[in-house]
Amino acid sequence: MVHGEIWTVKELFVYPNEYIYWSIQIVMYPFMTGLVAGAFVLSSLYHVFGIKQLKEMARFALVFSFALLFAAPMPIVLHLQHPLRGINVIMTSHFTSAIAAFGIVFFTYGAIVASELWFLYRKHFVEVAVPLRDKQDKTLSEWLKFILFCTLTLGVYDVSEEALKRDEKAIRVLAGVGIPVACFLHGYAGFIFGSVKANALWMTPLMPVIFIMSAIVSGIALCMLTYIVTMEIRKFLSSRKTTPAQRFQSKEEIKGVEVNVIRMTAKYLIYFMVFAISLELLDLIFRGYTAVKSWDVLRSVIYGKDFTDIFILQYGLGNLLPFVLFLLPGLTIRRTILGVLLVLFGVFMMRWNVVIGGQAFSLSFAGYMHYKLPIIPHDWDTFKEGLFGALSIFVMPFILFWFIAKIFPIFELKETH
Amino acid sequence: MKSHIYRPLWVVIGLVCIILIARYFYVPKDFGVHGRGYMYGWYRESNIKFWKDFKVKYQGTEYCKDCHSDKYESIMATPHAIIPCEDCHGPASDHPSDPPKLAIDKSRGLCLRCHSALPYPTSGRSQIRGIDPDAHNPDVECVMCHNPHKPSLEGLK
Amino acid sequence: MNRRDFLKNTVKVIGGLSLPLAAFKIITPKEIFASTGDKAKTRWVFLVDTYKCVGCGMCVKACKLENEIPYDANVTRTWVERYVMTKDGKTFADTPKGARDGFTTSKIDLGEGKFQDIKKDFIDKAFFVPKLCNQCENPPCVQVCPVGATYQTDDGIVLVDRTWCIGCGYCIMGCPYGVRFFHPVYHTAEKCNFCYHRISKGLKTACVQACPFGARQIGNIKDPNDPVTKVILTERVGILKEEYGTKPQVYYVGLDREVK
Repeated sequence: MVHGEIWTVKELFVYPNEYIYWSIQIVMYPFMTGLVAGAFVLSSLYHVFGIKQLKEMARFALVFSFALLFAAPMPIVLHLQHPLRGINVIMTSHFTSAIAAFGIVFFTYGAIVASELWFLYRKHFVEVAVPLRDKQDKTLSEWLKFILFCTLTLGVYDVSEEALKRDEKAIRVLAGVGIPVACFLHGYAGFIFGSVKANALWMTPLMPVIFIMSAIVSGIALCMLTYIVTMEIRKFLSSRKTTPAQRFQSKEEIKGVEVNVIRMTAKYLIYFMVFAISLELLDLIFRGYTAVKSWDVLRSVIYGKDFTDIFILQYGLGNLLPFVLFLLPGLTIRRTILGVLLVLFGVFMMRWNVVIGGQAFSLSFAGYMHYKLPIIPHDWDTFKEGLFGALSIFVMPFILFWFIAKIFPIFELKETH
Repeated sequence: MKSHIYRPLWVVIGLVCIILIARYFYVPKDFGVHGRGYMYGWYRESNIKFWKDFKVKYQGTEYCKDCHSDKYESIMATPHAIIPCEDCHGPASDHPSDPPKLAIDKSRGLCLRCHSALPYPTSGRSQIRGIDPDAHNPDVECVMCHNPHKPSLEGLK
Repeated sequence: MNRRDFLKNTVKVIGGLSLPLAAFKIITPKEIFASTGDKAKTRWVFLVDTYKCVGCGMCVKACKLENEIPYDANVTRTWVERYVMTKDGKTFADTPKGARDGFTTSKIDLGEGKFQDIKKDFIDKAFFVPKLCNQCENPPCVQVCPVGATYQTDDGIVLVDRTWCIGCGYCIMGCPYGVRFFHPVYHTAEKCNFCYHRISKGLKTACVQACPFGARQIGNIKDPNDPVTKVILTERVGILKEEYGTKPQVYYVGLDREVK
């Protein structure tokens, strides 16, 4: 079987070489980069616009954005037929292709996030490294910890008030510069699809903007969700702590999830949701109104074959229902959890409907291709381009986040920056 | 000390330099902009030679006629003269050294490609004499009665 | 934030963006805009006569064997489509295995195991349309390759570098004609290249040589004495999907408006 044949079912007149080549991993990639961009923008809302209520969320979002950044290229690595040659995108970049922007955009964005994190956590690194340096007999794990944190200080040990103030300024600059870069990070993903004139569903100048808006929506939603979960876990653990070292943080100090923070963030979520859905509906209305050559087959896909995926799952469950949930007065934590889960689902379905939907019809405009997602893998191909491949990518940032949070602790004992 | 702000910048520049150095060793020297400009001509030049050197398998009817002159003369006097030998027998490649023998495909499928009658008056197909494969001796190979090198109905076995 | 800090940090961002560009192979403006395509003496073009094509599929078989595309794999560098227009205004089209085994039955393959048999009296018109890579003058597949693995030669042929292709599939999605696919063995992008190894030696492409009816012809548009050139310039020919602006170089005699 050729690549794509096993999960493609052809109907009516389809060209012989047409299969669903861009499958679940290509759905995951914009989803993950969207989370990256959205988390960063959320963090920047505090640093740049000084929205004080988002301070807790901002630090959290930045670290999570960093964890997501390592997970984001993984769908591409799994999708490429020659993943080891993936480096060619940086080595011989062909900039007439949107995908070639990957190397530059990811590297620049990574540099900005890493630098911002450095400025934010620099004091913590120094505070860990210096006592370890002075300690005479270090255990192996203490040696490793010392080397790690010493390297992370980048040789700068000045933690005076003046230096810290300069750090804050640098963070503000980076956060400000990072917003357009984060938009570019996801805008280019939208451009990858929007510029393909061969695909009647993808080809629209609105695609990069739609992608950016829904990326921000997903980023905000994910941060809200992880914030709630993490705060609840902390609260639960603190109520069970008995050792003196842990008792310093009583349940009162850990206030758990602050409802005000959540309500504030939810407002921004709504704003961006409105923007995102407006653009999508605008695109659909324009297509129907102008009714160009491809409209017949697109209409049969959008209003026929993919009706459930688009209108019930994405627009209904993923947009309308969370909209109602967030707008009803007296937003509770429980309602928020349901709302953000639905929003994340809606954003995922949007990526699905673009990628898979764009391949649901043949280039002949006279046939269809049905996508059967491989569930039980029976070889490497059906694993990496199947359900379990997608799930392992989705889980990866959470695992990375757990490790990274040990170096960049998200909950400060004392108020610093 | 004002300069601690720029520490991450030096790290970034260092990484970029490492990438550039790696690039110098990794990318083949003949990779660059050729003929058609950057948009359409960004490639590794030696690849063209690879494709030019690709092995030719089909040799053409003229290649066969000297050794197989009997079949050649026979078929050239019939409407099947327009069919290259290799269409039915496969590519000659380096025959007779490799492969020593070419396939003689006796299946009905080979003949039905042209001779399964299809009702298409607006296509050259309708000019070819054909049969209904389900009705005309469906269990027998065509070559049991017809000689492909001398297909006239008068020459039926 | 003072202006100096801002500027210095902006430089960092721009440095990150532009350094990779600058330090590569030096791409001078002259190189970028110079296109020797106009000065080349050869520009390959193809001519298909849909009146002559009978749907025997010998071209598809020859192409597979000549270009080492696994015979049983459901991908092919070239294929033939069948169109049948019925008296009630419907159009049926199919291409069983790309016509590798020809068209041996009047039953149209509708996919998912369904067939449609159409009787002679119900047919308005029916014909066969061979298709292959158009070696476009503005190839969108080359434009979207992120690594420079696919490219166009000076004589107009679009090739793929099998050692460099990363297998992203962007070129396959970028082709409006659906001629590209992943090679089942090499796992790189693959497509018809007008048998570049044959035409550079003065031979005809495998499909042109295999066609008994002369439905396929290859020529050089820059040679005014080439019979193909004469047909293209003096007779009425059509091209596929002109609206995409790709400037395809496969010309069709008798191209019907229903051809997809």
